[in-house]
Amino acid sequence: MKITPEEVQHIAALANLRLSAADIERYTQDLEEILSYVDQLNELETSGVEPMAQVLHEGNAGQLRTDERGRSFDQQTALQCAPLPGEGHFKVPRVIER
Amino acid sequence: MDELKQLTVDSIRAGLRAKRFSARELAQEALRVGEAENGGSGVYLSLTPERALAAADRVDAELAAGEEIGPLAGVPLAVKDVIMTRGEKTTCASRALEHFVAPYDATAVERVERAGAVIVGKTNCDEFAMGSSNENSAFFPVRNPAAPDRVPGGSSGGSAAAVAGGYAPISLGSDTGGSIRQPASFCGAVGIMPTYGRVSRYGLVAFASSLDHIGPFSRTVKDSALLLGTIAGPDPLDSTAASAPVPDYAGELTAQVRGLKIGIPKEYYGEGLESAVGAKVQAGVELLRSLGCEPVEISLPHTRYAIASYYLICTAEASSNLARYDGVRYSRRSESSGTLRDMYRNSRAEAFGPEVTRRIILGTYVLSSGYYDAYYRKAQEVRALIARDFAEAFETVDAIVTPVSPFPAFKLGEKTSDPLQMYLSDIYTITGSLAGIAGMSVPCGETPEGLPVGLQILTNHFQEKTMLNLGHAFEQAGGFEG
Repeated sequence: MKITPEEVQHIAALANLRLSAADIERYTQDLEEILSYVDQLNELETSGVEPMAQVLHEGNAGQLRTDERGRSFDQQTALQCAPLPGEGHFKVPRVIER
Repeated sequence: MDELKQLTVDSIRAGLRAKRFSARELAQEALRVGEAENGGSGVYLSLTPERALAAADRVDAELAAGEEIGPLAGVPLAVKDVIMTRGEKTTCASRALEHFVAPYDATAVERVERAGAVIVGKTNCDEFAMGSSNENSAFFPVRNPAAPDRVPGGSSGGSAAAVAGGYAPISLGSDTGGSIRQPASFCGAVGIMPTYGRVSRYGLVAFASSLDHIGPFSRTVKDSALLLGTIAGPDPLDSTAASAPVPDYAGELTAQVRGLKIGIPKEYYGEGLESAVGAKVQAGVELLRSLGCEPVEISLPHTRYAIASYYLICTAEASSNLARYDGVRYSRRSESSGTLRDMYRNSRAEAFGPEVTRRIILGTYVLSSGYYDAYYRKAQEVRALIARDFAEAFETVDAIVTPVSPFPAFKLGEKTSDPLQMYLSDIYTITGSLAGIAGMSVPCGETPEGLPVGLQILTNHFQEKTMLNLGHAFEQAGGFEG
C-alpha cells in the first residue's frame, strides 16, 4: 500500500490536526508500514460473515433505560474546565463577520 | 505499622478491627510512600490526600461507633488517570487534559468508595491508554518495580506498579487490548479484564468503546475477586453494562479445580514466544494438571489476524472518540487560535503526543471515504471470526491458558522507535479483547534474569468465577513463586 504525503496531509485536515513537514514524513512512513501489515486480512474469505461492531451477549443486548430526566450539571460545573468561558458560554474565535 | 507492601484487604480489616492501626494512619502511610518514592518510580501523576483522609476518617468513625464497615474499608486504592474522580485532576497522561478537573465520579469510583476504599492517587499511564509500555505518558515514564531500567508495561503501567511496588494493595486500571493483563504480567501483579459489559465504563475516558474495560489489580487473586465484585453490575448510566447477576466472587472462591478442562491453544506457544517465558508458562500448565485440571490442545486458527483487526478497529473508534478534544469545552486550547479552524488544529496538535496522533491518523484513514469497507468493515468481519474461534473452543473447554506476553518487561526506550513492533507485543491479549471474554494475568514466577512472567487465564462471557478459582488454586499451590 503506497501512501503519499498529500494523503496524510488530507487525513490530518479531516482530523483537524496541524502537522509539520517532518511529522507528515514520519506518519506517511508509519501509515504505509501499518497498512502493509494489515493487508494480510485479505487472505481471509469473509463474504457472508456478519461484521462484529459490538460485543452483544445475553444481559446487555438492546438494553435501554427509560427516557427520563436524570442528574446533570449546572452551568457553572459545565464551564469550569473550559479554557475560555464567558457570560455563561464557551468563547471561541469569531466565525461570523459583522 | 505493617509494611504497606505486605497488606491485603483481609489483613487490613483484621488490623483495623484489632486497632493495630487506624484507617487514617494507613492512608497517611500510603500517601507518604507515594510522595517519597514517586520521583524514582513515576507511578503517580497526582496524589489525592484530602479525599483519602476524608474517606479514611469515615471508616475510623464507623469503627469507633461499632458500625458495620464496607468490604474494602480503609484499603488504600490507586486509580488510573483515565478514570474520573470528582474534584481531582484526571489528565489521561495527556497535555490535552493537563489541567482538567473531573466534574463527576466514574461509577466504579463511586462503588469502591461506597465499599470503604481510600483513593490515594491517580496513576500514570500511556496517553489516553494508548501504548504497551507506559512510555507514551506525556509527563514521565513509569519504572518497573522488579527492574527499574525496564518498562512496567502498559497502558496501565502506574496501576500495576503501584500494586507490585507496594504503594497500595489494590488499584483500578483499564484494558482495551491488554492494558491491564500485560502490565500485571510485567510487574508481577494479578490483573483482570472482566467480560465486556461486566463493569460499567461510565466515567472511563473513552478510547475504543467496543473494547474498553475497567478492571482490578491486586497482589492476591482474592483481592481482585473482592474488587471485581464491588465494581461489577448494571448501571443506568452505561447501556453496555450487563444486567447479568454478580456472583459473590470472593466469598465463593475455591481452590477446588479438579476436572476442569483447560484449552492450550497451539497458536500461543509457537514462533515469537521467548523460551524463558514459554518454560514458565508450560510449568504453570503442569501445575494446573497436578491440581486435577485436564489440559487439552486446541486451535484458535484466526489468532494471527488479531493484531491487524484490532489496530484497525481501535484506531477507528479512537479517531471518533478523540474528536471531542476541540479546545473549546475542557481540553487544552492553543495560544495561536486566530480563527476557529486554527484553534482546532493548533490546539489538537499541541495536545496530542506522537502515538495518539498516529492512531487518530490511521483511524481517520480507515474510516474515510473509499476505505471503510476495505479496512474497517473487513476488520470487523475478522473480529467475528476470532470471536467464533473462542465460542467453538469454549464448547469443549472451561478455560484457556496461555502466556500474557511473548517476552518479559523490556528496557525503557528499547521499542519506542518502531510502532508496529510495539503493537505485535500485544498478540496474546488482543484476541480476548476482540471476543469480549474475560481474562486475567496471574504471576507465574520469574525468568532467570528475575523478571516476572504472567500466566493468562481466559474464560467465556461471565465465567469469571471459573477464571478466579483457577487463579486462586494456582496461587495457593505456589504457582506465583513458580
